Amino acid sequence: MTISWTDYSSTGFYDELLTDSGNPRKSSRKLLNYIKTLNDGDVASRKHAAELTIKEMGVTFTVYTEEGNIDRAWPFDIVPRIIDKKQWDKTAEGLKQRLQALNMFIDDLYHDQKIIKDGIIPEFILKQSKNYRKECEGVSPPFGVWAHICGTDLVRDKDGEFYVLEDNLRVPSGVSYMLENRSIMKRIFPEVFEKMDVAPVGDYPARLFDTLRALSPRKIKKPVIVLLTPGIFNSAYFEHAFLAQQMGAELVEGSDLVVQDDDRVYMKTINGLERVDVIYRRIDDLFLDPEVFRKDSVLGVKGLMRAWKSGNVALANVPGAGVADDKVVYAYVPEVIKYYLDQDPIINNVETFLCHDEVQQKHVLQNLDKLVVKPANESGGYGMLIGPHSTKKERDEFTRLIKANPRNYIAQPTLALSTAPTLVGKNTLEPRHLDLRPFVLQSKDSYVTTGGLTRVAMRKGSLVVNSSQGGGSKDTWIVDTDGESK
Amino acid sequence: MLSKVAERVYWTARYLERVESTARIVSIYDKLLFDLPRDVNLTWFNLVIINDLESDYLSRYTVQDERNVVKFLLGDDTNPSSIVSSLHHLRENVRTTRDVVLEETWELVNELNMYVHENIQHGINRSKRHEFLEFIIKGCQQILGLLYGNMPHDSAWDFLRLGRNLERADMTTRNLDAGIAAIIELEGDESAINSRQIIWGTVLRSLNADQSYRRNTRSAVRGELVVEYLLKNMESPRALAHCLDALCDTSEKLPGSKSLLTHLNKIQLKVSKYNVEENLNGEFRNYLNDLQIKLASVHRLIAETWFPHV
Repeated sequence: MTISWTDYSSTGFYDELLTDSGNPRKSSRKLLNYIKTLNDGDVASRKHAAELTIKEMGVTFTVYTEEGNIDRAWPFDIVPRIIDKKQWDKTAEGLKQRLQALNMFIDDLYHDQKIIKDGIIPEFILKQSKNYRKECEGVSPPFGVWAHICGTDLVRDKDGEFYVLEDNLRVPSGVSYMLENRSIMKRIFPEVFEKMDVAPVGDYPARLFDTLRALSPRKIKKPVIVLLTPGIFNSAYFEHAFLAQQMGAELVEGSDLVVQDDDRVYMKTINGLERVDVIYRRIDDLFLDPEVFRKDSVLGVKGLMRAWKSGNVALANVPGAGVADDKVVYAYVPEVIKYYLDQDPIINNVETFLCHDEVQQKHVLQNLDKLVVKPANESGGYGMLIGPHSTKKERDEFTRLIKANPRNYIAQPTLALSTAPTLVGKNTLEPRHLDLRPFVLQSKDSYVTTGGLTRVAMRKGSLVVNSSQGGGSKDTWIVDTDGESK
Repeated sequence: MLSKVAERVYWTARYLERVESTARIVSIYDKLLFDLPRDVNLTWFNLVIINDLESDYLSRYTVQDERNVVKFLLGDDTNPSSIVSSLHHLRENVRTTRDVVLEETWELVNELNMYVHENIQHGINRSKRHEFLEFIIKGCQQILGLLYGNMPHDSAWDFLRLGRNLERADMTTRNLDAGIAAIIELEGDESAINSRQIIWGTVLRSLNADQSYRRNTRSAVRGELVVEYLLKNMESPRALAHCLDALCDTSEKLPGSKSLLTHLNKIQLKVSKYNVEENLNGEFRNYLNDLQIKLASVHRLIAETWFPHV
């Protein structure tokens, strides 16, 4: 073995592949034994092969810079992250439970608001929510489901348990990278898949397609399903094209669609106009329809909301679903699950302090240097204060921000995010922090991806996993160890 | 099929053809100059002229030598028709039509694009130019082969076929024009007395039609026969009559193609009725020029019929 493990130590954190005493976990034993057989040349050539594969497959993400948009090759680490199947199965149940409750919650908010009347959630949270869409009140989408596609960020703490860090109910992205990571791994480490019982991930596009098809207002054999993208300049365009291709759906931009006087949506084809049944939209709510939302939007389709309200087209996710991925609402999700399902949450939240509560706010302001403060409605890791890494000036700024708009901020303890061995330089494995984004589907049926997208903070000690900020990724393996000797 | 996707697929085919034919013509021209007597004065700049790129070229280069011309045709990303530009457009079109073209097309295009960017210097310097251009030609043929063997014959296929055949028809007229231009340029040049045959042979080779020409005509390479063959032969995939026939055949399958078909039929007639004279001269150039204008209208009609930008 020439990979250097000598200095590998992840003290104080849960490591995905190794126990505290430095031995392989049961689920990772075969992989680590295999890695031992690789010499320097093997590692270098596999790593090179991975990079080349990524370029050939054209797996990129877009970074916005001052010089314009740059397509960067997808950053990928060749050492996979492994989760035992038993633990995963339980987690998957928890994710389904959570999305089911969240959908009942959203549906309630746009109808009778019982949960507010019953005093579980204070009314002002809804009143001040940026993602509540008054225009959607009273509408009943099929199956009572508003968020059909959800990307839930999970983290593992010191104790090895999964916690939900946030729910993404608007236009979550990353699933294509999960699928591509697996294709890359199969190409560069085919022999490992022969030896190990790694659960496949490839059925996601088919499940997504079924989820969308179930929403079609026309009960016909081949409803027309389209993926609505903002276009090639969007950072997730690669994913939009990928999913459309994998599902056999049409990839459309706003300018390809038109709503006619009959309140139906049509796409412009070489045969003239063709009716559209289901739109998987990857455009934010506010850009969807200039008739209702932002008047200056050129990405959307005029009259789209009219068509949706008339029940002539299905939108996934439904506009306004984002009301439930507000980080203040997040803090109430355990109560939401209990209220609608009368069950205890299978996966817990990370401890969260709400700044609109005076006592909690005081605690937050006194402990800014230890906490992570997040704005309620941002994504992509922007606008955050990471206490332990912050300067006095930044903390003062956040004190001012929190006091000015307490409802817009939450705080959480700095998590001891789990680590996994990651290839650094030529042949050294070092622990790097990571999280996990599984994708959950719900319409007629529910589905959870097998694992999800593992994102890694490539810099030593860093907790920021976002690809726009230097994060990378790993293939995620759900491994069945049942029937294996101890 | 979405109009916008149809348009991008059509351009995918055109750029793919353009990459291949540019690689081919540079590679053949290289050999042509070896074959001609040393004191014959045929310039590389002809390659710029036949592609109607003089003004683009002259705005960037003053010297019209081999190095500049080759650089302009292969690696200059400010030349909209250079290989790197065409590949860029090709890749963008495939990227935005991944839902309708075959999955592997995307990977092959990426591979080709990477190769060209990493080895562009080999194309500009002479010693490895042949190898470089061969790789590009093979890369294009690989993509074309993939599509031929595996693509369902749906509307996307029809638009690929439209793009391919129109680009080929256009290229064939340009190659013929290059041939006649070179012949005229060398008229009266004593040492170029045997050059005619070499030039027409080159035209045939750059359209990959030399072998089929020999089998079909059973005759040595002679200007009027080459022209007759490249204009009127129905079997040779780059002969004008064949391309026009394929354009008609494909258009008929697509909705609303009536006015396009009428126009195509007129061009077919213009080709089949043309009397190729033994003494090819400036009059033939005018004829070719007229054909090119008519082919440009074919594009305009295709766009009006299927790619309306409303």
